[in-house]
Amino acid sequence: MSIKEIQEEIIDEFSMFDDWEERYQYVIDLGNSLPLVEDQYKTDENIIKGCQSKVWLHGEQNDGNVVFTADSDAILTKGIIAILIRVFSNQKPADILEADTDFIDEIGLKEHLSPTRANGLVSMIKQIKMYALAFSAKS
Amino acid sequence: MLWQKTVITKTSRKFAWNFVIRCLKGANTGDTEMLDIQNVRNDFPVLNQTVNGKPLVYFDNAATSQKPQIVIDAISNYYSTINANIHRGVHTLSQLATDAYEVSRQTIQKHINAKHAHEVLFTAGTTHGVNLVANGFSALIKTGDEVMISAMEHHSNIVPWQMLCERTGAKLVVIPMNQHGELVMEEFERLLTEKTKIVSVNHISNSLGTINPIEHIIKKAHTAGAAVFIDGAQAAPHLKIDVQALDCDFYAFSGHKACGPTGSGILYGKEEWLEKLPPYQGGGEMIKEVTFEKTTYAGLPHKFEAGTPHIEGGIVLGTAIDYLNTIGLDNIAAYETELLHYGTEKLLEIEGLKIIGTAANKTSVISFNIGNIHPYDIGAIVDKMGIAVRTGHHCTQPVMNFFDIPGTVRASFAFYNTKEEIDALVQAVLKAQRMLG
Repeated sequence: MSIKEIQEEIIDEFSMFDDWEERYQYVIDLGNSLPLVEDQYKTDENIIKGCQSKVWLHGEQNDGNVVFTADSDAILTKGIIAILIRVFSNQKPADILEADTDFIDEIGLKEHLSPTRANGLVSMIKQIKMYALAFSAKS
Repeated sequence: MLWQKTVITKTSRKFAWNFVIRCLKGANTGDTEMLDIQNVRNDFPVLNQTVNGKPLVYFDNAATSQKPQIVIDAISNYYSTINANIHRGVHTLSQLATDAYEVSRQTIQKHINAKHAHEVLFTAGTTHGVNLVANGFSALIKTGDEVMISAMEHHSNIVPWQMLCERTGAKLVVIPMNQHGELVMEEFERLLTEKTKIVSVNHISNSLGTINPIEHIIKKAHTAGAAVFIDGAQAAPHLKIDVQALDCDFYAFSGHKACGPTGSGILYGKEEWLEKLPPYQGGGEMIKEVTFEKTTYAGLPHKFEAGTPHIEGGIVLGTAIDYLNTIGLDNIAAYETELLHYGTEKLLEIEGLKIIGTAANKTSVISFNIGNIHPYDIGAIVDKMGIAVRTGHHCTQPVMNFFDIPGTVRASFAFYNTKEEIDALVQAVLKAQRMLG
């Protein structure tokens, strides 16, 4: 599926929820189910320090696509990471570079991508793009 | 003082009348509380709103306080009536603005019981005050000397002293704390030597709420020949400060935590110390005479007040202090202690909740964690229920490292908060715990 298609699928899923509580519960569940970054990649090099929560992000190339794994010490942050990974992982570098994250507004989680939250997510998206840029230069 | 008459008295009369009614109401209902909280709350327009569909519960007072209408009005009145640059114009507006600025300095002087008005410097806030003194001390200390801080300082009372040590080769010495978040006084006395040139500690810890025994620290430090700087950022909104009784050499606080405007604050310094310290910033206002060969500096307080200051901020800080005094800092402290005890009791009923900072002598700050739940998750969920708490390390990373935690959820109460709001917090935290559990 393309990035756009995955984003629309996520918007669809979230449209079933009536209130913030259901949305947050879903994000929490996603956070609990996210596969962790393998310990070997949970290094200081891969850490993105927010003021509030920490995020680890690792990217590697597989068959011309970029594959991301990530983790966080806060569960809501981790849940949103799960959504971002679903959107950006296993995609072509060029597509990742072109994509935006406006869909987060539509699923009612905008506040978590605000720089004032300092939870590491804004920097994580930048880092995802950096990986894509680095891999597109290589290929 | 035309402006004082036309503007200040109009608003203060209204305020005084509110206060009389407030007291009468309290008396009539036989209310044991010193304050009629509903009337106090009416002074703060920001409190009267819903956030995320729920009534706002503002428990982030240690970060910044809300502002009463009298302060909001005073800002607008300043710009509507007397805005002009101060200390230089011969015209009437400039005179009025200068008078209002200097009256505010005297208000603050009286409030903290400084000996002279020129011992009160207007600053941009506590951080500015720390940097001013730490910079000035570059000229007064050398390699081998020691600068002492404590284990529970805000970053702004750590970094400027670290920078001073890097510049001069002096050593930074840290008074340790115990598991309750209290300074270990035996260690303080052991660390204090003739090498110690200045001791800088907070009056109240922002992340733990501990009220430090600064009287004792000041006395002991002076015996060893060290100067003492007190970071009063968290104390000014809650306690009556008497710099002469304390005998501290410096005391700094921010206006915005004490119902005043952001970017306002004061640094108190004993006259002899302020004379001794070199100017911090150069510019207009702080000079006596300037030639390309040499500049001579103005006397106190202007020597430390380079450039056009935050005029309205300085003036309105005086209004805020007047407001706090009308409520009465003793009333404020008594009521906030009541909130602290109530909040501590109710929060501790939550299974797995642990309070970080359990000093015997503390102010209305409750920092807590629940099991392994990340503070960010709790903060984000209670925000959805209209409750504003702070989460994270609160600019005290060494404190978090000491307790080996990523951060805490911090609820800090002010005199306009209520027990009902604490109940709402408890319910919201329970819900967060259920969702995250």
